[in-house]
Amino acid sequence: MSMLRAIFSHPSGRIGGTIVLLYIVVALLGMSGITPHNPLQQFRIDRLHAPSALYWMGTDLFGRDVASRLMNGIGQSFLVAFCSVAIATFAGTVLGLTAAWFGKAWDGLVMRIMDVLLAFPAILLALLIIAVVGPGTWTSVAAIAIVYTPIFTRVVRGPALSIKAREFVDAARTFGSSRRYILTRHLLLNLVAPLTVQVTLALAWSLLTEAGLSFLGLGTQPPASSLGLMLADSRNLMENAPWMLIFPAVAIMISILGFNLLGDALRDILDPKARRSAP
Amino acid sequence: MSYLARRLLTFPLVMLGVSILVFFAIRMVPGDAITAMLGTEAGLLTPAQRAALAAYFGIDKPILVQYWSWLLGVLQGDLGISVIHGKPALAIILERFPLTLQLALMSMCVALLVGLPAGVFAATRNEKMSDLAVRIFAMIGQSTPNFVVGLLIIYALSAGFGILPTMGEFTPLFTDPLRNLGQMILPAITLGFAFAASVTRISRSAMLDVLSDDYVRTARSKGVPKRSVIWRHALPNALIPVVTLSGVEFGYLLGGAVLVEQIYALPGLGRLVLEAILQRDYALVQGCVLFIAFNFLVVNLLVDLLYVTLDPRIRLGEGN
Repeated sequence: MSMLRAIFSHPSGRIGGTIVLLYIVVALLGMSGITPHNPLQQFRIDRLHAPSALYWMGTDLFGRDVASRLMNGIGQSFLVAFCSVAIATFAGTVLGLTAAWFGKAWDGLVMRIMDVLLAFPAILLALLIIAVVGPGTWTSVAAIAIVYTPIFTRVVRGPALSIKAREFVDAARTFGSSRRYILTRHLLLNLVAPLTVQVTLALAWSLLTEAGLSFLGLGTQPPASSLGLMLADSRNLMENAPWMLIFPAVAIMISILGFNLLGDALRDILDPKARRSAP
Repeated sequence: MSYLARRLLTFPLVMLGVSILVFFAIRMVPGDAITAMLGTEAGLLTPAQRAALAAYFGIDKPILVQYWSWLLGVLQGDLGISVIHGKPALAIILERFPLTLQLALMSMCVALLVGLPAGVFAATRNEKMSDLAVRIFAMIGQSTPNFVVGLLIIYALSAGFGILPTMGEFTPLFTDPLRNLGQMILPAITLGFAFAASVTRISRSAMLDVLSDDYVRTARSKGVPKRSVIWRHALPNALIPVVTLSGVEFGYLLGGAVLVEQIYALPGLGRLVLEAILQRDYALVQGCVLFIAFNFLVVNLLVDLLYVTLDPRIRLGEGN
C-alpha cells in the first residue's frame, strides 16, 4: 500500500497511474465483451456514421462501432503487451541471474547471445521472427518478448553481479543457505526496484511495437481489432471519416504516455540517485 | 585489455553471431526452400528437376556446409540473388540505401535543431512554467509512435489545407534536389518528432547537471555574461549524452524506418525489408537484415569511439 501511496503522491505518478488504471479497466471490459455494441457486428445502414449518441466514436467502413472496437482493441493490445513483457521479464531475469551467479563460460555465452540480439533494431528483429513463423497475435507476443529479453538480462545481470560480491551473500553461503534460497531471497529481492521500472517502460515500448506490427498487417489479424489495425483501416478514409483516425491515435498516445509517466515516477521513487541524470 | 581493443575484438564475433542467427532463422521457415522460391509452381517439378535445382542452389549439402559457403559468399559481398527482383540482393539494397541515409540525416537535423535549444531553454528556466511546458511537450512527443505522427500530419494537411504530401514516383536528391526535399521533409519531421523529444529531455537533464557544477558557478561569479556561461561553458560538457543518444538513434534510423517509409510510400531500406517479408523473398530478407545489423553495429562502435574522444575523463575500461 505504501508503494501505491508513493506513486499517487508523485505528480507524474498520479497522472500515469490513473491513466494506466483506466486503461486496464477499459481493456478488461473490452476483452470480456462489455462494450456499447458488438465490436464485430456490422450496422450496414450506418456505415461511416459520424460520432453520435448511438455510436460514441462513429462507425467504420463496415458499419462497425468504433468505440466498441477501440475498447476491444485496447484489450487486445494490452494482452499482447502484458504477455510479451511477462515472458521477457521472466526469461531476462533467469538468464541475467544465472549469468551473474555462475559466471565464466555460461555468462560469456548468455551475454554474447544477448549482444547478437541487441545488434538488430527492435522492429527489424520482430519482423524477422514474423517472417519465419508467420503473422498473428501469438507470434507478436513471442517476437516482442524475444526483442526485449536482452534488455532485462542486462538490467538484472549488472546489479546481480554487484550484490553477489556483497558480504551478506558470503555470510549466507557460510551459513549453508542453498543456492536457490540465495538467488531468490538475496539477489532477486534486491532487484525488484530496477525490474519494476524496466517493466513499466517496456510495457510502453511493447504497446508501441504491437501497434506498429498490427499497422503493417503483421500483428493481430482481422476481423479482430487492435489499435494498429484500426489506424491502418483509417488510412484511406481519414478525410471522410476522421474519427476512425483520431480516436485510435489518441488512445495509443495516451496509453504509452501513461506507462512512460508511471515509469518515470517509479524511477524517482525507487532510485532517487538516478533522478537527475535520467533522460 | 583496454575497452577499445575489447570493443574492436567483439565486433567480428557479434557479427558472426548475427550471421548464424539470420542464416538459421531463415532455414526454419516451414516448407523447403524450393517451394518457398517457386510457390505453387514447385508442384509441377519432377523429382529430377527438383534435385537438379537443389544441387544448383547448393541446398542438397549438409546445413553446416551450406552455412560455410554462404558465409564465404557474404564476405565477398555476395548476399544471394533476390527471387522477386532477379538481381543480386546487395545491388538492390545499395539502390535503396541512399534514401534511408538521407532520411536518417534529415531527421537527425530536425531533432537536434528543435531538441537542443528546447532542452537548454528548459534547463535555464528550471521548475518555471516554461520549463514545465517544454517537459510536457517532450513527454507527449516521446509517447507518440512515429507512424501516428505521420498519419496525423497527413490528415492535418489534407483537412486543413487541402494538400496531400507528394507521393508516387520518388526523385533522388541529385536528380532534382528541390523536388526531393519536398518529398522528404514531411517524413523527416515525422521521424524526427519523437527523436527531438528525447534530445530535449536528455539535453535538459545534462544541462541541469552541468549548471550546478563548480566551474559554472565560478564563471558566473567572475561576471561572465549568462549567455556565454550557458552556450560556451556549460553546453559543450552537456553535449556528451546528446551525442551518444543521437548516435544510437541514428543507428536505428539507418535500419530504415519501416513504418514511416510505408506511410509516405518511400522506396527505402525499411520498406524493402517489409516487401521482401511479405513476398517471401528470403535471400533478400536475409541480405537486408544482415546489412542493417552491420550498419547498426558499425554506428554503435563509432559512437563509442566518439564518446571516448569527446570526454577523456571517461575511462571506459572500468566496470564494463
